[in-house]
Amino acid sequence: MKNQLLSINDLSHEDVIAILATATQLEKITTGPTKKLPTLRGRTVVNLFFEDSTRTRISFETAAKRLSADVINFSAKGSSVSKGESLKDTAQTLQAMGADAVVIRHGSSGAAQRLADSGWINATVINAGDGTHEHPTQALLDAYTISKRFPDNNRDFSSLKIAIVGDILHSRVARSNVLLLTMMGAKVTLIAPPTLLPVGVEKWPVNISYDLDAELESFDVVMMLRIQLERMSNYYFPSEREYARRYGLNETRLKRMKKNSIVMHPGPMNRGLEISAASADSARSVIIDQVGNGVVTRMAVLYLLLGGATLSEVLS
Amino acid sequence: MKYTLKNVSLPNGDRTNVVVSGELISAIGQSTEGEVIDCTNLMVLPGLVDLHTHLREPGKEDSETVLSGSQSAVMGGFTAVSAMANTSPVADTAGVVEQVFRLGKEAGLCAVYPVGAVTVGLAGERLAELGAMADSAAQVRVFSDDGKCVSDPLVMRRALEYVKSFNGVIAQHAQDPRLTEHAQMNEGEVSSRLGLSGWPAVAEEAIIARDILLADHVKSRLHICHLTTKGGVELVRWAKSQGINVTAEVTPHHLLLTDDLVESYDPVYKVNPPLRTSQDVMALRAGLADGTIDIVATDHAPHPAEEKECEWSAASFGMLGLETALSVVAKTMVSEGLMSWEDVVRVMSTNPARIGGYARQGQQILVGSPANLTVINPTESWSVDKEKLLSKSRNTPFHGHVLPVKVVHTIFEGVIVVKDGKLTGKKHE
Ligand SMILES: [Zn+2]
Repeated sequence: MKNQLLSINDLSHEDVIAILATATQLEKITTGPTKKLPTLRGRTVVNLFFEDSTRTRISFETAAKRLSADVINFSAKGSSVSKGESLKDTAQTLQAMGADAVVIRHGSSGAAQRLADSGWINATVINAGDGTHEHPTQALLDAYTISKRFPDNNRDFSSLKIAIVGDILHSRVARSNVLLLTMMGAKVTLIAPPTLLPVGVEKWPVNISYDLDAELESFDVVMMLRIQLERMSNYYFPSEREYARRYGLNETRLKRMKKNSIVMHPGPMNRGLEISAASADSARSVIIDQVGNGVVTRMAVLYLLLGGATLSEVLS
Repeated sequence: MKYTLKNVSLPNGDRTNVVVSGELISAIGQSTEGEVIDCTNLMVLPGLVDLHTHLREPGKEDSETVLSGSQSAVMGGFTAVSAMANTSPVADTAGVVEQVFRLGKEAGLCAVYPVGAVTVGLAGERLAELGAMADSAAQVRVFSDDGKCVSDPLVMRRALEYVKSFNGVIAQHAQDPRLTEHAQMNEGEVSSRLGLSGWPAVAEEAIIARDILLADHVKSRLHICHLTTKGGVELVRWAKSQGINVTAEVTPHHLLLTDDLVESYDPVYKVNPPLRTSQDVMALRAGLADGTIDIVATDHAPHPAEEKECEWSAASFGMLGLETALSVVAKTMVSEGLMSWEDVVRVMSTNPARIGGYARQGQQILVGSPANLTVINPTESWSVDKEKLLSKSRNTPFHGHVLPVKVVHTIFEGVIVVKDGKLTGKKHE
């Protein structure tokens, strides 16, 4: 495994299987009496967040603490960074602090790769979302969630049809999921108005549809993406009402879904826009599971990338 | 002062001696006079002329000055550069263009022709005093809001009409502003994967098409800066077939580099207009070879380190070009068999001098011509080292590339300003 996680492209299929298997073991251990493992004792994990995302930060923080790492939260928003301190200066500061891993969330696509490639810092860099590029740990937790809901597939998704619905153009979650889910064999369909699909998407290894209703009955997984309301001012769609009607997961659509199929959403949701409250809270919804699975998946990533004590050592 | 370039090859391959006396070529043939400079294995070209250079002075002297830019130019074989107007203050008055012109004279290494802004402050709203700049000591003939597009069609029409009275030309940076809001790279397969906002080819082509039609309507002279797309080449080819008075340029970097380099997210590849696809590169090369594209211009755009040592979206657009331009053209056009050295002279000296109206530049190597000359070694290659460039900035995308052709001597108005690849002298007024 590479010493960084900037994109799903950094992972081989074997790496992915190892992460999911490790997450499964970690989940078993941490739901037992020992919530906390000593594997990363003495290691320092920095959460470097240039963008507000309490959910993702808390998820990484919890994961690191359950592995006994020291956690430093470096919220760059509103601090010296926004007053012109550069990514480079911040990286050099973290280097001086002796960070072993930097979990970076940044509004600019490629910022995580820039941090890793620049030579400003030696720490392991983990991308927690860069602009509209990627969010690899979100895709890993989504794959973990799917594999738990379809245990008979044994982490082989080649019999699964997965729809990703909504703002593909601006979604780092969609980009990472397309790479990961297709690597695991799934047949992925992107469903969106043409304005919210990037030019060039025809080269991606996916099916494209503008119609949520066309094949709704055939999907095993329907993943809804968050719509940001400011998109309306750029003419991506005419109104919230029209978007919700054409691309929202409402109860009528929910009822049409295949037996045993699931509904996912990376959060935070706009209830009533891309997903109705009833769909979000239905038995098909695994949205709450995704949150818990985020912690164990991120524990697995930190554990494997930082190479702490082995699990068997911990267990004995 | 007299000297002889002995046994030098002309662009057509003939070997001869070229004698320079004072500011002029005084003899071509067997004779030698004055100091003899052995040029066996070397070739002499008319001095290169750049129609598109950002010298950054006044205002951004930490990136480049007229002096450092002139040094960079002559190291690259240029004997004339055209200083773009997007300085601070903007070169939109006679006062600023005369200041740049004077700084060029003081540097004394090559001719520095200021380009005047088309509109006040490059804002695209009111015409700058184009006539005053034309009548100034700088005698401006090329006008451009480069960096910004003259996007209002009425302003563009009026500018094209107005400059006819002094045979000026409007050099358009063709970029529809609405179609390129927040644009970061070429829009296509690579941008879709990288999650960077797209700069679509149509945003360039729509302006080119409109301006070609405007230039035809008012019968004026239009120059398209830095063409980058296959569609743009086809539009210019069509315009020329209709007899419309349009010329076009391509940069060296757009002849060689493609948008997949952005996968590194290294802002050294961030440039405006952006790197395009290999299909576009091939169309640009074909267009340059067949004369659709008239010239190569560098769009030399120096930036200090901090404007490139950052995340992609925060970085500035632009690349250095002066010291690598001839080598990149040699690699992409001459080595590929698409152009001869006479063609290189046409696109890097004769045509840019004609478009800019630079009378003492771009002349054939004849007795009586001004001695603005570049002597090159066409068979020696070199490895680009950004630390060794004479520009004040380091943002070359060619660092580490091994490129053909070394500039050996550069001669400006008879003065040898570069000798054996090193700065030697300057012209005193
Ligand atoms: Zn430009």
